[in-house]
Amino acid sequence: MRQVLYALIPGTLLMSWIFGWGVLTNLILATIFCLGFEILAIKLRQRSVKIALSDYSAVVTAWLLAISLPPMMPWWMLLIGCCFAIIVAKHFYGGIGNNPFNPAMVGYVVLLIAYPLQMTQWLAPSHMVEALPSLANTLGVVFAGADLTIDAVSMATPLDTLKTELGLSKTLGEIRSTALFGTLAGAGWEWIAGLYALGGLYLVYLKIIPWQTPVALIAGMGVMASVFTLAMPDHFAPPTFHIITTGCILGAFFIATDPVSGCSSTKGRVIFAAGVGAIAYIIRGWGGYPDGIAFGVLLMNMAAPLIDHYTVPKAYGQSS
Amino acid sequence: MASNKDIFKTGLWDNNAGLVQLLGLCPLLAVTGTVINGIGLGIATLVTLVISCGIVSAVRNILRNEIRIPVFVLIIASVVTVIELIMNAWFHELFRILGIFIPLIVTNCAIIGRAESFASKNPVLPSLLDAFAMGLGFLFVLMALGGLRELLGSGTLLANAELMFGAGAASWELSLGDNYQGFLLAILPPGAFFGLGLLLIIKNLIDAKLEQRTNTADLATAVTQ
Repeated sequence: MRQVLYALIPGTLLMSWIFGWGVLTNLILATIFCLGFEILAIKLRQRSVKIALSDYSAVVTAWLLAISLPPMMPWWMLLIGCCFAIIVAKHFYGGIGNNPFNPAMVGYVVLLIAYPLQMTQWLAPSHMVEALPSLANTLGVVFAGADLTIDAVSMATPLDTLKTELGLSKTLGEIRSTALFGTLAGAGWEWIAGLYALGGLYLVYLKIIPWQTPVALIAGMGVMASVFTLAMPDHFAPPTFHIITTGCILGAFFIATDPVSGCSSTKGRVIFAAGVGAIAYIIRGWGGYPDGIAFGVLLMNMAAPLIDHYTVPKAYGQSS
Repeated sequence: MASNKDIFKTGLWDNNAGLVQLLGLCPLLAVTGTVINGIGLGIATLVTLVISCGIVSAVRNILRNEIRIPVFVLIIASVVTVIELIMNAWFHELFRILGIFIPLIVTNCAIIGRAESFASKNPVLPSLLDAFAMGLGFLFVLMALGGLRELLGSGTLLANAELMFGAGAASWELSLGDNYQGFLLAILPPGAFFGLGLLLIIKNLIDAKLEQRTNTADLATAVTQ
């Protein structure tokens, strides 16, 4: 699991470069909380704390949760998210290896449903503001509940903006001409997504994650996006826009590849990941929430046992 | 024949409709967004349960076995209709909030379950007592779950009490203050499941503790003997 953490480093560094200290406070607090809850749960279940912590799974959960959340989350929201991720999604079901749902995504979805307003407010990327919030300001928002809007410019993510503005019947060209959008996707965001993809490729190279999963997820989303773009190019963003988002890339390389809550056969993994991509696209296009990767992962987690049931690989020598 | 005390204990705790039989989950999960909604539906269910079990018990000897279930349903449906009209007349606002869940009391399996398993086999008085205890147990679960969800979800307790208890009750509302940002999830359907799960955990914990205590007590008496 430590390799997964290494692979996340470049993308996270660029993310904190673009969005400021808020990314790092998220990361540090989430790690502390997740480790704390992990130790608590392991103690309550009377298992060995040392073994539980040595696989770094709690840290990976914390990290994935932290970079999915908008920067500068108040500490108590992170606490709730980590509690649901580690205690409810993981240890209620029997700890690592037994969780039917991806813990980080459960924590994310709980926060998204419980606090939709705060969860859809991202900081403006550095090229759109004069100065990013200083460390003191960040700490004020995170710990003292200072109002975010006073010190920093908050705005919706490119994906969210796209959906809102399309709803106001603007054309795609108009929307994408603002500074929030870059050549391919969100300005700044596309580079973050690129670095996460690089980290993901490193994991594929090390054979830590199977290459089929990210390919299938990206294909699932790409096929959906291509169909709708070809049908109505003014109303649906092209597949490149949808794929080069941090949500899609993180989902493809780091979240859908979770060996526990996903499928176990290669064929199953492909169905699983393609399903995540397709569901995420549908939620992005017509759902009420800005991104759908988390919901896609959780929905496919539910379907994983069924997929596994129908895709049992043939044993050597077994007749078809 | 179970004693009155046993009947009461069974209904309220040992065989609680909401927490042990897990019957009537649909209203239990759907309307418990606030304490008052919970109490409103709980009382409606309680009254339905008592009246219909009383009638079922009274007619139990003249009913042919083959048609007993349809007759139970007819009795329950008539009682619910009466209660629905009463609530519409006197608690109109509450009636509108609870909406479809008042007519749906007919389909609450806790009620037909009691009619079938107790009232149709016992005399009128024990049946009434059993229905009352069961209804009260269900009411308490609705209240507890409603309280938990209201407190977490909107940071208040007993909001809208005036709908139930008249204008004087408007001041009963307790609040955690304006700074509390509601935990929206608690009010949404998943919150109901989490809340019910929590209540189940608490009940099982208490039961385990009680059992442990009686076990050690038994052991102690055994040793002294």
